[in-house]
Amino acid sequence: MSEFHPIEQHPDRPLAFHRIGAMGLRYLFLLRSSWTRIIELAYWPLMQMILWGFMTKFLLTADSPVIKAAGLLIAAVLLWDVMFRSNIGVAVSFLEEMWSRNLAQLFASPLRPYEWAISLLFISLVRTIIGIIPAALLAIPLYSYSIFDMGLPLIAFFINLMIFGGAVGLAVSALVLRFGMGAESLAWVGIFLVAPISGIYYPISILPDWLQPIAWALPSSHVFEGMRAVLIDGQFQTGLFIDAVLLNIVYLAAGVTIFLYVFRLARIKGLLLQMGE
Amino acid sequence: MSTIAISAEKLSKNFDGVVAVNEISFEVTAGTITALLGGNGAGKTTTIAMLLGLLLPSSGRIEILGEDMVQNRHRVLRRMNFGSPYVDLPKRLTVRENLRVFAGLYGLRGVHARIEELVDALALGEFIDRPTGQLSSGQRTRVALAKALINVPSLLLLDEPTASLDPDTGDWVRSYLEEYACETGATILLASHNMNEVDRLCSDVLMMKQGQIVDQGTPKGLVEKYGQESLEQVFLDIARRDENNQQEAAAQ
Repeated sequence: MSEFHPIEQHPDRPLAFHRIGAMGLRYLFLLRSSWTRIIELAYWPLMQMILWGFMTKFLLTADSPVIKAAGLLIAAVLLWDVMFRSNIGVAVSFLEEMWSRNLAQLFASPLRPYEWAISLLFISLVRTIIGIIPAALLAIPLYSYSIFDMGLPLIAFFINLMIFGGAVGLAVSALVLRFGMGAESLAWVGIFLVAPISGIYYPISILPDWLQPIAWALPSSHVFEGMRAVLIDGQFQTGLFIDAVLLNIVYLAAGVTIFLYVFRLARIKGLLLQMGE
Repeated sequence: MSTIAISAEKLSKNFDGVVAVNEISFEVTAGTITALLGGNGAGKTTTIAMLLGLLLPSSGRIEILGEDMVQNRHRVLRRMNFGSPYVDLPKRLTVRENLRVFAGLYGLRGVHARIEELVDALALGEFIDRPTGQLSSGQRTRVALAKALINVPSLLLLDEPTASLDPDTGDWVRSYLEEYACETGATILLASHNMNEVDRLCSDVLMMKQGQIVDQGTPKGLVEKYGQESLEQVFLDIARRDENNQQEAAAQ
């Protein structure tokens, strides 16, 4: 019987791209299965950009040179959305497995938890790009502002915010795995905890003195200060960039560690078998 | 090559002080179909989850296909698979998409050819490009079986493979499993509540109760040992034994 003949398999490696690719494919299939989801990905960034774009137009009538810095608010909105989308991209893809009661199927296969984490970060990147690009492009005809004019610093900001959002997403996903679907809302709101102290729309110096060290402990604060330095002073501050990278290494390591720790805990407590809609 | 496909030694699992599986030891011979029987809460699913590596044992040792399951879990998982009606595949993905994903996870080469083989063998053609969530339970069972066989596993763990199926589909699944085991020499361990199924498919039976293996043997041997007429009566005898003893003690 032909269907029973032996199959050929890729060699087993501790980190296998065919497994990461399979999970990436799984999330791409999922995304492709629903046009409304793809539209929803771009919807909120578009709305935010439109709202804050008109706000910027209005504020341009004021005298402050800070406010007059072209596209400051629009850039802030778009970059905040990079961080938000990156976080939600990891968390929602993770939740998809919980909703579809698929964890036991996945981990009865040779998939390693860190391969899964990498695939979650990958799909988060895809979702973020789908979400942000339409808003960034629409800002050009609407406000004569192109975030792409920032040039190479934009790439530095984007990567740093993607990593930070992804690290928070992994940690939040771990909490949902540990505490069950009752903690699902954490996946949606977790990132907002750092929004007020990331200096998205205002400099960190505005914050109370006691809060500033906490703000500076976040990579996002360094990114948004760096963004203002580029847009207001026309300078890319290497020091802020290096600080953001170093902090991101710490946060990503912490996010991955928490994720893997909770995954092991899930295997002890039987959590992989209990998740469902 | 080892003739023992599964070897469990003093295997235990506690959940916050509650003992789900209590120092069970058993072996499953390669190339056989073995049943894991027991009432609800007997510890069958916990045992299967430990064999799959989804659960870490509290103590004890598991060796599968000659490899230590804790140390070399991922190496072994490539050669095994499992199916259960209680664990879903993503509903919005089509059958083909789901099979492609799992083929990738198991590192298959020639994914499309393998999927086409399964489409022919399990008659999936009619609904291969439909979302899995839109299938009938009989169709879903066939898809679950296709997923479980995607890597032509040497060891197949099945949790109630024919639960909630009509007799015709159930019979079809049993025939297919028989054929698969016969053609490939694969080992199958199945948890089931269907005694006719066990009688037909299995050469060995492990009886579980309250987290322990209380007896084992061939279906025929167990029927003779308990002086009963069928495996179902043996099952009831074992399940109700403590209950009857308690009632007698209370009456005295």
